[in-house]
Amino acid sequence: MALETRFHVLAVDDSLIDRMLIERLLKTSSFNVTTVDSATKALKFLGLVEDELRTFETSVASEIHQDVDVNLIITDYCMPGMTGYDLLRKIKESKSLKNIPVVIMSSENVPSRINRCLEEGAEEFFLKPVQQADVNKLKPHLMKSRNKGDQDQEQEQDQHFHNKRKDMEAISSPNKTRLKCSS
Amino acid sequence: MDKIHSHRQVAAIKHSLFDQGYLDEQFIQLEELQDDANPNFVEEIVTLYYRDSSRLISNLDHTLERNPLDFNKLDTLMHQFKGSSSSIGAKRVKAECTLFREYCRARNGEGCRRSFQQMKKEYATLRKKLETYFQLARQAGPLETAYRPK
Repeated sequence: MALETRFHVLAVDDSLIDRMLIERLLKTSSFNVTTVDSATKALKFLGLVEDELRTFETSVASEIHQDVDVNLIITDYCMPGMTGYDLLRKIKESKSLKNIPVVIMSSENVPSRINRCLEEGAEEFFLKPVQQADVNKLKPHLMKSRNKGDQDQEQEQDQHFHNKRKDMEAISSPNKTRLKCSS
Repeated sequence: MDKIHSHRQVAAIKHSLFDQGYLDEQFIQLEELQDDANPNFVEEIVTLYYRDSSRLISNLDHTLERNPLDFNKLDTLMHQFKGSSSSIGAKRVKAECTLFREYCRARNGEGCRRSFQQMKKEYATLRKKLETYFQLARQAGPLETAYRPK
C-alpha cells in the first residue's frame, strides 16, 4: 500500500472572502490547497495554456501537466471573464485533465444551472455559503479517483449522476437566468 | 469575577446580534473553523470583509451617480457584496442587497438609491457592533465554545 499523501485541491473564486473561507474549510479537512482568483489562472496552473490558433489541448500542455498534481477542482460558477461552467467544460474536454473531479459552487439556486453543470460532468454542486458538511462530501470523490478502476468506476459515476439528476428534477420551478450568470 | 463578567458581556452582545437578525448561522460556521492553529480566523475574515465592502460601497456610490444608471453594473457589484455578506453571516446586509438587486432588475433607480442608503446604514451598524464584539472578546481572553442561539 502506497503512503497516504494529502489530496491537493485547486479552489477557484474571484471573491477574496470566499477564497479565504474555502481554503480554511479545505484545510480543516486536511487537504493541501491552492487558490486562484480566475478560471484563466486555474487553467494556467493546470498546464493548459490558450493558443489563439487552436483549442486548449496540445501535446505540450500534456507534458506540463505531469508536474501538476491536482486531485480535485472546486470552482465558483459566476466569475468575470471565464465562468466556472466554461472552466468545467475545458477540463472535461482535456485528455489530460478530464478525470479530475470538478465541483461547482454558486450563490444562486437555479435548477437549470445545476443540471447543466452536472450534465457537463461536475461531481457536486454546492450552494454558497459552502459549509463543512459540503466539504465532507468531497473525500469519496477523491478516493474514487485515487483508486481508479475503469468500467466499474464509470458505472458508479453514471449511477451517482442519475440519482443527482432525479433529485434535481424534483425541484420544480421556472428557471429564468437573466444573464449568463449574474454579471 | 471580572473575567466571568467580561465573558457574560461578550456572550450578551453575541446573543443580541443573533436575536436582532444582524448575524445568522453562517457566523457560527466561521467560529467552528477557528482552532488553536487559527485562533483569529473569524476576526481576520471579517476584517477582510470590511475592506472588500468599503471598495464595493465606494464603487456603488460612483456608479449610482451616473446618468443614465448602469443597472447591469449595479447588479453585478451588489451580487458581489451580497456574496461576501452571505459568507460571513451578515443577515440584514444580505437582505438589503437582495432588495437592491430587485430594484435593479425592475430598472427602478429611485428604489436602488433608497435601498442603497438603507444598506449602508445596516452595514455601518453591523460593523460597529462587530468591532465592539471583537474588542471585548479580545479583552475577555479566549472564549470556550461557540454560543448557540436558540
